[in-house]
Amino acid sequence: MAGLDKRVATYEEALAGLTDNMTVLAGGFGLCGIPENLIAHIKRMGVKGLTVVSNNCGVDGFGLGILLEDRQIRKMIASYVGENKLFEEQLLNGQLEVELTPQGTLAEKMRAGGAGIPAFYTATGYGTPVAEGKETRQFNGRNVILEEAITGDFAIVKGWKADHFGNVVYRHTAQNFNPVAATAGKITVVEVEEIVEPGVLLPTEIHTPGIYVDRVILGTFEKRIEQRTVRKA
Amino acid sequence: MALSREQMAQRVARELQDGFYVNLGIGIPTLVANYVPDGIDVMLQSENGLLGMGAFPTEETIDADMINAGKQTVTARVGASIFSSAESFAMIRGGHVDLTVLGAFEVDVEGNIASWMIPGKLVKGMGGAMDLVAGADNIIVTMTHASKDGESKLLSRCSLPLTGAGCIKKVLTDLAYLEIENGAFILRETAPGVSIEEIVAKTAGKLIVPDDVVEMTF
Repeated sequence: MAGLDKRVATYEEALAGLTDNMTVLAGGFGLCGIPENLIAHIKRMGVKGLTVVSNNCGVDGFGLGILLEDRQIRKMIASYVGENKLFEEQLLNGQLEVELTPQGTLAEKMRAGGAGIPAFYTATGYGTPVAEGKETRQFNGRNVILEEAITGDFAIVKGWKADHFGNVVYRHTAQNFNPVAATAGKITVVEVEEIVEPGVLLPTEIHTPGIYVDRVILGTFEKRIEQRTVRKA
Repeated sequence: MALSREQMAQRVARELQDGFYVNLGIGIPTLVANYVPDGIDVMLQSENGLLGMGAFPTEETIDADMINAGKQTVTARVGASIFSSAESFAMIRGGHVDLTVLGAFEVDVEGNIASWMIPGKLVKGMGGAMDLVAGADNIIVTMTHASKDGESKLLSRCSLPLTGAGCIKKVLTDLAYLEIENGAFILRETAPGVSIEEIVAKTAGKLIVPDDVVEMTF
């Protein structure tokens, strides 16, 4: 890791500086496009008191779900968390705080955070429990609420391919929250399936420009499928 | 007879128009994709970041990186595009989706919808539902007209915490197709063999029954 070369060789280097009580933004939707090895390394590091911002919290035994096992997550900001028993347990006994956030608002909070916009108005959630305690206004006869941006101490991101410069492309719908999370981390770490030579990724095809990325690491991925649905050939 | 899930999907599919971009929620709405009328082409939007959702893959083509908003493995059709979740919700919030179909626990005469939270039960989250109802102009809610105990789900005022306020204008239940206008449900169509009296009895909110109510045919 030097200059514009963002590559690191180990997960220790990739997550160096992550300490207790930090906020971590994680890409992924369900188990699709999750930075599974970075999550596993956070478990190994044993950091505690984390605020994790991610659409979901994995499942029991995989993805962000494994950070619940040693109670490393203090607060979860997510849109849907119904897939793990341990989550339910810790929520009900008060060990875990949850801030449920509409999916589009969650994505926009990170997009805004990365784009230097401190807050935005949206009609999403007006008149619902999500609006409680938030400023409301009317624009063109439409009721909206004020939502604040989110940034993180770290963003952990799963890409498909990256180059030395930290330019990243995502594969299919494994893109999901990854590009917005990448923009909003003070330190953004991307793990990828392949690191290619400079110039291989065309400038026109880059999803996440390297300016947002601090560290790139090569990983191997299980890519677990949550809902296996097929048709007959 | 109350409509079956398939008949509800079939009835919703009649609202599809050639060239529509459509977001289908989980459950009955998903079935609508099976009844797209011949000769019209629609593009299905999946809020995780896919426009142009195709059929399920075969065992040979299954791909963990290709899923829909229900986390099911899917394919992308010709003409599809894939993007970030922020872009996806820009489409939804920005009103670019022509038709949104989703389920609900309750709706009321003011167009309020409750679909995500039952106090006292574990809350899993709203996912994209609040964005979908706030952003779309053309929404069809599919739901059962009453609970198994006969309690109406079409109310004067939703009793559960809302998903969206004043955003619903069309409701298809297993008994009827109704519109919401000026603080009332307007009965437009009845399910085959379902009497207007039954619908009146099972609609708690103000219901207007015009002279030209038609019976659905399948």
